[in-house]
Amino acid sequence: MKRIIDGLRIIRDTMREIFDEAAYARFLGRTGMTSSSAAYAAFRREFDEAKVRRPKCC
Amino acid sequence: MNKTFAILLWGTIALFGAVAVGTVAVHRGEPINALWLVVAATCCYALGYRFYSKFIAVKILALDGARATPAERLENGRDFLVTNKWVVFGHHFAAIAGPGPLVGPVLAVQFGYLPGTMWVLAGAVFAGCVQDFVILLFSVRRDGKSLTEMAKDEIGRVGGFVAYAAVISILIILLGVCALIVVNALKSSPWGTFTIAMTMPIALLMGIYLRGIRPGKVLEVSALGFVLVLAAIWGGQYVSQKPVLARAFTFTAPTLAILIIVYGFAASALPVWLLLAPRDYLSTFVKLGTIALLGVGIAALHPTLHMPALTRFVDGTGPVFAGKIFPFAFITIACGAISGFHALISSGTTPKLIARETETRMVGYGAMMCESAVAVMAIIAACVMQPGIYFAINSPAGIVGQAPAAAAATISSWGFPVTAADMEALAHAVGEQTLYNRTGGAPAFAVGMASIFSHSLGGETLTALWYHFALMFEALFILTVLDAGTRVARFMVQDALGHVYKPLGRTSWYPSILATSALIVAAWGYFLWQGVKDPLGGINSLWPLFGISNQLLATVALCVATTIIIKMHRAKYAAVTLVPLAWLVTVTFTASWQKIFDPNPRIGFLAQASVLAAGPAPMSTATGRLIFNNRLDAAVTGILVLMVTLVLVESLRQWWGILSGVKEARVKESPFVRTRLAEERG
Repeated sequence: MKRIIDGLRIIRDTMREIFDEAAYARFLGRTGMTSSSAAYAAFRREFDEAKVRRPKCC
Repeated sequence: MNKTFAILLWGTIALFGAVAVGTVAVHRGEPINALWLVVAATCCYALGYRFYSKFIAVKILALDGARATPAERLENGRDFLVTNKWVVFGHHFAAIAGPGPLVGPVLAVQFGYLPGTMWVLAGAVFAGCVQDFVILLFSVRRDGKSLTEMAKDEIGRVGGFVAYAAVISILIILLGVCALIVVNALKSSPWGTFTIAMTMPIALLMGIYLRGIRPGKVLEVSALGFVLVLAAIWGGQYVSQKPVLARAFTFTAPTLAILIIVYGFAASALPVWLLLAPRDYLSTFVKLGTIALLGVGIAALHPTLHMPALTRFVDGTGPVFAGKIFPFAFITIACGAISGFHALISSGTTPKLIARETETRMVGYGAMMCESAVAVMAIIAACVMQPGIYFAINSPAGIVGQAPAAAAATISSWGFPVTAADMEALAHAVGEQTLYNRTGGAPAFAVGMASIFSHSLGGETLTALWYHFALMFEALFILTVLDAGTRVARFMVQDALGHVYKPLGRTSWYPSILATSALIVAAWGYFLWQGVKDPLGGINSLWPLFGISNQLLATVALCVATTIIIKMHRAKYAAVTLVPLAWLVTVTFTASWQKIFDPNPRIGFLAQASVLAAGPAPMSTATGRLIFNNRLDAAVTGILVLMVTLVLVESLRQWWGILSGVKEARVKESPFVRTRLAEERG
């Protein structure tokens, strides 16, 4: 049972990482902001600059 | 694990693998079950990972779990971040999985299922996975440096420059080809066009939802977006059945090309958060879900492959693209076996997330194995349909003619029976006006995938919905590659131009954004337009060009890897990268030579230009443009080969110097720092 829970947790964490939810949580932690429209806008301003430089494979 | 049990286990896997590969290789005549391909692939990957990647990890790379990675040493909560290995694996796989492993294998199926399958398996285990693994590890040991930086450091300035130029060239050719695939998939298809058009307002809604309603809840909004996309697919059926609406969403190839060029420019120049980021999330969501669904569908249904192991087109006369099995099967299938582009991902975000060196094996080698498995699924999807139907969909009008009866007769005369009535019934079943001349691989893949899905879920009544779901899935993430690629290329050009005139390098300066966006979009737009206007369908000339450029980038990556291995005093093991390198050089240089100089006008760019030039006078403007395009393609191929030759020569000079003792073998790694994580973990 523990293994199943661990497996599901890893899948959830992976999805959160792929979909940048984890990056947003880290941003909130780093800046001390609480989640809001303004905080998300600030996150995207900082994050998109780096993210759009990453190539996506063919 | 008990040693005897391990020997028994791996012995059994090896036996199963040998039987499955043997069956796939020697079976002739009767159709074969897809399960043989699945078993062969699973066993090859398992053996390759367990033994070959371990050999590389231990004997050559000497992975050191005690050495701190850049994610630990430079952790900043943004780029550099210690991350769970499974999370990095998923992240890396999502970044390397694009349309390539789906489209390339589908096109290569014109040779039969055997050549593609063998190359996908052998190429991945011995070349592609190795490249991704070693480049990832070398980047980890160099603070996450990019391929171009490593090429500059280890091979010299020429290496760095060529890697940069190769990346830009590949991006431009890739984007042109990607756009062409979308055009060919959506032309005269009101259902498909409506569905894809709807993804724009859906993405806008997602962007607003993320920004204003539930900030940061990306998974939630992606699931919501997915439901809306399914509704759009459903709505597409309604649109296609109403003449007024159907007319509004029916576009010719040139019109679609113009729309995509305008979209590419807007996507590059507009703010990211509103349209691109939500579309990217939606595309990733659909991509991962569909790949998983396809895997389950194939495993559950294990369909019969109707395509023979080898077709008559191994002689080079194939209608999908011209050229013999060697070298063209090996450049047509790029990403499923080895892709130079992966080296950019392996030296991009991923090395900055790796917690321990030992995890590079699972992430680098393992994720590429999964990518290769996607290519095997694409081969299966293309082979489940009757060969005559496959060729009717993928053959350009310039080869089989425009009239359905004539096209069916031509294809049947090749030994692949198909009738105009068969094609009409299939087109009706999937909700299309016609399925003839739908070159590019995407429609064929969609038909195969719809066949697998409709047999697993929903029955034949849902075939049309599954077909358009598959088409939407491909077009959506090809367009995502298109807009992301345009931006990446724009940034690269801005970085370079910034050395000439500083303001041009500022990514927030709008004159620079507009100028560089226009430059990049014009470059790939030119290739797209060329493909749309090509009477042979465009894919015939552009996909090989993309394959050649992608494999040439892999050549650069393997040059870097071999140089580093030699500098690490592991020259006796250099064959692990040297053999794939030698193979790629042989394949790409042969393909390039044939694409430029072959006297057959369907293969050689210059021969085709000569045939057109020798046509009746006066020459039309369109013919003049075709002649110019062929000469341009020949020149582009020649320049790419010349650049990679320079890297090869520079690399050989390095290797010779080091091995003869003239040069010092000095690797440019970051200094060793003991990991804290190892201590924490005991």
